[in-house]
Amino acid sequence: MVLVLAIGDLHIPHRAPDLPPKFKSMLVPGKIQHIICTGNLCIKEVHDYFKTLCPDLHITRGEYDEDSRYPENKTLTIGQFKLGTIGQFKLGICHGHQVIPWGDLDSLAMVQRQLDVDILVTGHTHQFKAYKHEGGVVINPGSATGAYSSFTYDVNPSFVLMDIDGLRVVVYVYELIDGEVKVDKIDFKKTATAPSAH
Amino acid sequence: MLNGTEDEEKWLAEGIAGIQHNAFYMHRALDSNNLREALKYSAQMLSELRTSKLSPRKYYELYMRAFDELKRLELFFKDDSKHGVSVVDLYELVQHAGNILPRLYLLCTVGSIYIKSKEAPAKEVLKDLVEMCRGVQHPIRGLFLRSYLAQISRDKLPDIGSEYEGDADTVMDAVDFVLQNFTEMNKLWVRMQHQGPGRVREKREKERSELQDLVGKNLHVLSQIEGVDLEMYKETVLPRVLEQVVNCKDDLAQYYLMDCIIQVFPDEYHLQTLETLLGACPQLQPTVDVKTVLSRLMDRLSNYATSSADVLPEFLQVEAFSKLSNAIGKVIEAQVDMPAVGAITLYVSLLTFTLRVHPDRLDHVDQVLGACVKKLSNIPKLEDSRAMKQVVALLSAPLEKYNDIVTALTLSNYPRVMDHLDIGTNKLMAMVIIQSIMKNNSCISTADKVEVLFELIKGLIKDTDGADVDELDEEDFKEEQNSVARLIHMLYNDEPEEMLKIICIVRKHTMVGGPKRLPFTVSSLVFSALRLLRQLQGQEGDIVGEEASMTPNKIFQLLTQIIESLSAVPSPELALRLYLQCAEAANGCDIEHVAYEFFTQAFVLYEEEIADSKAQVTAIHLIIGTLQRMNVFGVENRDTLTHKATGYSARLLKKADQCRAVYACSHLFWVDDQDGIKDGERVLLCLKRALRIANAAQQMANVARGSGGPVSLFVEILNKYIYFFEKGNKQITSSAIQGLIEFINTEMQSDSTNPDSVADAFLASTLRYIQFQKQKGGVVGNRPNIIFFLFFFSNLNKVYNCTLNL
Repeated sequence: MVLVLAIGDLHIPHRAPDLPPKFKSMLVPGKIQHIICTGNLCIKEVHDYFKTLCPDLHITRGEYDEDSRYPENKTLTIGQFKLGTIGQFKLGICHGHQVIPWGDLDSLAMVQRQLDVDILVTGHTHQFKAYKHEGGVVINPGSATGAYSSFTYDVNPSFVLMDIDGLRVVVYVYELIDGEVKVDKIDFKKTATAPSAH
Repeated sequence: MLNGTEDEEKWLAEGIAGIQHNAFYMHRALDSNNLREALKYSAQMLSELRTSKLSPRKYYELYMRAFDELKRLELFFKDDSKHGVSVVDLYELVQHAGNILPRLYLLCTVGSIYIKSKEAPAKEVLKDLVEMCRGVQHPIRGLFLRSYLAQISRDKLPDIGSEYEGDADTVMDAVDFVLQNFTEMNKLWVRMQHQGPGRVREKREKERSELQDLVGKNLHVLSQIEGVDLEMYKETVLPRVLEQVVNCKDDLAQYYLMDCIIQVFPDEYHLQTLETLLGACPQLQPTVDVKTVLSRLMDRLSNYATSSADVLPEFLQVEAFSKLSNAIGKVIEAQVDMPAVGAITLYVSLLTFTLRVHPDRLDHVDQVLGACVKKLSNIPKLEDSRAMKQVVALLSAPLEKYNDIVTALTLSNYPRVMDHLDIGTNKLMAMVIIQSIMKNNSCISTADKVEVLFELIKGLIKDTDGADVDELDEEDFKEEQNSVARLIHMLYNDEPEEMLKIICIVRKHTMVGGPKRLPFTVSSLVFSALRLLRQLQGQEGDIVGEEASMTPNKIFQLLTQIIESLSAVPSPELALRLYLQCAEAANGCDIEHVAYEFFTQAFVLYEEEIADSKAQVTAIHLIIGTLQRMNVFGVENRDTLTHKATGYSARLLKKADQCRAVYACSHLFWVDDQDGIKDGERVLLCLKRALRIANAAQQMANVARGSGGPVSLFVEILNKYIYFFEKGNKQITSSAIQGLIEFINTEMQSDSTNPDSVADAFLASTLRYIQFQKQKGGVVGNRPNIIFFLFFFSNLNKVYNCTLNL
């Protein structure tokens, strides 16, 4: 059981002062194995905060990030090869402002194929999304602070926690609606894919 | 001084030996009921206490030995069947002892029994004893003697309800006795200060401190006397104790005794005698640490107040606050040499008291701050860092208590105190204020409060005279400015009118921040204004007459001015992003010319200010992405902007970047909305142009490095072909797609010396996708039906589907 936190688009301090207190009290160090951050933190303080939650931190660059050294996209592999079955999940991260049209499912699917990953985590629209298509799953954890977005007038703070176990991933989405944290859950299972070209 | 200590040890040992020696014989006498012998040896034994060679601590050891022996003697004396002498006669008899000190010790011992026998009124015996002890004027010897007297008389005082109370004896007598003993002991104690040569002053003070509890014990006894009620305390006890305290003019004694009074007597008494107690303070020696005394008093009273709610009216009735406030004022006035830190510490204590006892009385809080301002104004320049710390404590206390910055903002003297801080401390305090707001999630919602707040934190917002911004550590500076940026989001009001006022005030203050600060604060301000715009849009239906003074146009003008200030930094990349955000907002308000203007500004920045090639790539993608979402433009405007975008895309430095930007532009000609543009031809033109660029890139790479370039570009373009094919672009045929696939395969095979696994995998998954779509059947024009896929996968609990159009 591997817990992966997917979070991003905080836009601190430009659009939001801080993470909601209810989220902060839920995110405690030591429980999460990996953090995937879609970008737009935007300052070092937020980076350091995530580092305290989990040292294995993967961030991609958002267009407002202070640190321009974050990569444009990143992949990581979770799980191990087991004889007979492929018990691995490959995750890809990309902020999403580079993928036009913004938020377009099919264009994001292309990126997923390009990175050759099972799960693509992306942001930029500040809207939570989790959908499965032929090639895999695309997840957008939304904005953890509910920051202003030109995409929608109604942004609720949200983040995603993925529980990866063998070939199965359970996606928990935490949303702050009217002051209360609501949790929703989606199951995805990876089918054994055909062996890749090499 | 080793010699001295060694000698002392020797004398002590000698003294103890002497006591033991005589005690031995005394015991023998007691055993054989020989009074005469007992008296003789006890007197000899007590003579050891006549020494002047010992320090208080050593003397105490000696004294305790004698004390133990005297207990046994007392037992003997009590039992007159053993010695056959009446207590009255015994009292007479012991006075024949040769030296005064042994005589008095014996007298006290007998006196104890005398009182117990009730053959004489307690008060007379006590009076006699306390007077007689005057005979010993040596400080240490006298103190211990009187301490002995106090010890043995404790349980024999004519207190109310005690067996020694009678017609003649009253509580008053008990009180008189104790007070007299106390007074004499204090005099002796003070006299110690002036004995001996001046250079051993420190040693003397140390010795005196060792003896302080002997004196203080008397006050303790007084507090234990049942009959000392509030009335008696007020009329007799306190005035006389204070008289002695003030008149002795000794700072050590004064400090100790004032503190003793406060600790030993009940808080209700203090409350009711506040004026008297405080009245003594200015009369104390200037070297007495009166601020600590007052602080401890206020601490006790605060604790008392919070112990129960019933007590509070008492505080109000005795006007505790004003009395304390006046007393502090008088003390500060009287002690002209008191350093600033002392005075401010006093105010901190008073403020703490106020916040605990009368938290609702903001006028009291303001008054304390005002008194502090007055004091600070008299100091030309406050440089003492401890004093600064105290001022920070003073200012932090209301923040912590009220947890709501708005309350602190109503205190008129608050900003005045801050003005007296030096620049560094002022900024520190400003950060404390901001942190308090963030921690408590406070929202400041009125323009005038925002104005006060920004006055308070002005040290952070702009360069103040004498401050050198370059000197400041970069990390610290960033932290400061980020805090200010975050603060801006805590200023909010539902009412658009008020919110606009707030934004204008923030703008006024931040615009003078200078080029170093603007990049931090401008973004926050812009997004604040964009949120206001949405608020306004939400209220569109309700606008009546007057409120038409605030229109989206006005806000866009404001936004333009704010973003323009970034040119002073200069910060073109940030400005470009903000202009694009504004363009989207204008799109949402349906104002075409404003949106166009913002795009113009963005393009100008791109052309003139953004030279870095990596920055250009990001910038052009942001422009394309924003433009793609615009639906407010008419054909002409849209064409102009699209043309510009495509042009710049093709002129990026690296071929790969050019290619990607150009195929991104293809989306400008196809918008998936109902009324969106769907120009299939121009889409294809874009894609073909991208292909040409990719080709050129291939050839360049072949020439330059002898191997193939980025094949993945072709695969990307292939994906775009498929994308538009599925959207129903008639210009893209399946044979064109097929042709492209073959072309890519050829390219990959010809470059077998340098296999590109990433591109291979990409191509493979693309082909799989095509296969999958074909299997579904009838791909033309259909969007892939997501629900259809679900049946392929097991264990699906729920699908978050409200975002998909099904």
